[in-house]
Amino acid sequence: MEQIPEYLRILWSGVGVTISVTLYASVVTIIAATLGGLGRLSPHFWVRSIAGTYIEVFRGTSALVQMFWIFFALPLAGIELTPMQAGVLALGLNVGAYGAEIVRAGILSVPIGQFEAGKALNLSKRDIYCFVIARQAIQIMMPPFNNLFITLMKGTSLVSLITLADLTFRSAYLRADTGQSTLILTLTLFIYLGISIVITIIMRYLGRLVAYPGSHGGAAAK
Amino acid sequence: MIWDWSYVVEIIPALLSGLLVTIRITIFSVALALSGGLFLALLQLSPVRLMAVPARGIIEFVRSTPLLVQLYFLFFVLPDIGIVMSPEITGILGLGLHFSAYTAEVYRAGIQGVAQGQYEAAKALNLSPYWTFRSIVLPQAVTSILPALGNYSLSMFKETSLLISISVIELLGTAEHLAYDTYKYFEPLTMVGMLFFCVTYPTSLFLRWLERWLARKMGKAT
Repeated sequence: MEQIPEYLRILWSGVGVTISVTLYASVVTIIAATLGGLGRLSPHFWVRSIAGTYIEVFRGTSALVQMFWIFFALPLAGIELTPMQAGVLALGLNVGAYGAEIVRAGILSVPIGQFEAGKALNLSKRDIYCFVIARQAIQIMMPPFNNLFITLMKGTSLVSLITLADLTFRSAYLRADTGQSTLILTLTLFIYLGISIVITIIMRYLGRLVAYPGSHGGAAAK
Repeated sequence: MIWDWSYVVEIIPALLSGLLVTIRITIFSVALALSGGLFLALLQLSPVRLMAVPARGIIEFVRSTPLLVQLYFLFFVLPDIGIVMSPEITGILGLGLHFSAYTAEVYRAGIQGVAQGQYEAAKALNLSPYWTFRSIVLPQAVTSILPALGNYSLSMFKETSLLISISVIELLGTAEHLAYDTYKYFEPLTMVGMLFFCVTYPTSLFLRWLERWLARKMGKAT
């Protein structure tokens, strides 16, 4: 029990990696989800097919299989990535495929009347998409994106299997070193719980930030 | 990089038997998640706070921490307290319990979605609370959430690949073993992705069809 601070110090050194992977991968996720979601709604057949293929392929297998493929198989095709790059890319693209569906549903949930109202006010098409549609869609997308980022953060534990020294990796080593399985794995689970709670707090804050005062989504984002 | 077809043909039987292990694990863990989720949902909906609050806590905790670490926990901690199980059974238990927390939320939504009038009608027919639940509420709730439960079962099928971390030789594990022997990662890992996709894609199409079909059918009923 008196070694707990020492254990926490070692586990903490992995938390930094877990958080960096989460942050980098969420950037990839947001980009992939936006492109994928908008692509699915495109009037051009080819854009829709490419976006649809991306979504189906990445949702069709698990993030771990994709990560192993990118890390172990791609180098044989001449593309060598560091564990960090492979982990971020696999997680970001995998979670992004689920995010694309959220983006698509979010945009479709904005009533068509909003588009027509924008037109009646003589706004340009760009302004209607950016300030009328996107503004309201983002607000609707905030709660599902909170779940998505928590899924992503939990998924970062997989990078430990491609040699990246994140929280799970440190925990597995510490456990093997000390044999204190119960204590170390319990600490690890609670650290992950803490990170999940922090993500939820941040997303709620952002949700309030993007909510229209007194609007429907304002309540949904709470 | 040349795709070696003769090597692919050589490893196909091994990969297919790996796929069988994956399917076997999926069947048992889905059974566990479907029953465990219902149990947790009932606890959660119970008016007794002593049951509802801990159930809520367990669900939140399990959903906020990574499956990988939960698997390590079961794999290393259970033997310490005298429960020795094969890696495969541990994996089934881990997957089943993890997804119970997800299916519990689905069941809860389904049960709460049953119209109030149904309870009143059951009361008017003098049905006991047990029969009201068993023959009126549960069938309606389960029908409406069938696609959601199907999607989680599909996720479980994909997530069985995580069991590689506790030395279960399922599909991904088989591929890794093959690759260790030959140092050829490209073909086995690509085949794993394709095999997963061959199962998940048709299944997800079927689930989407089921969802639309149920929506039409239930729409007519009301």
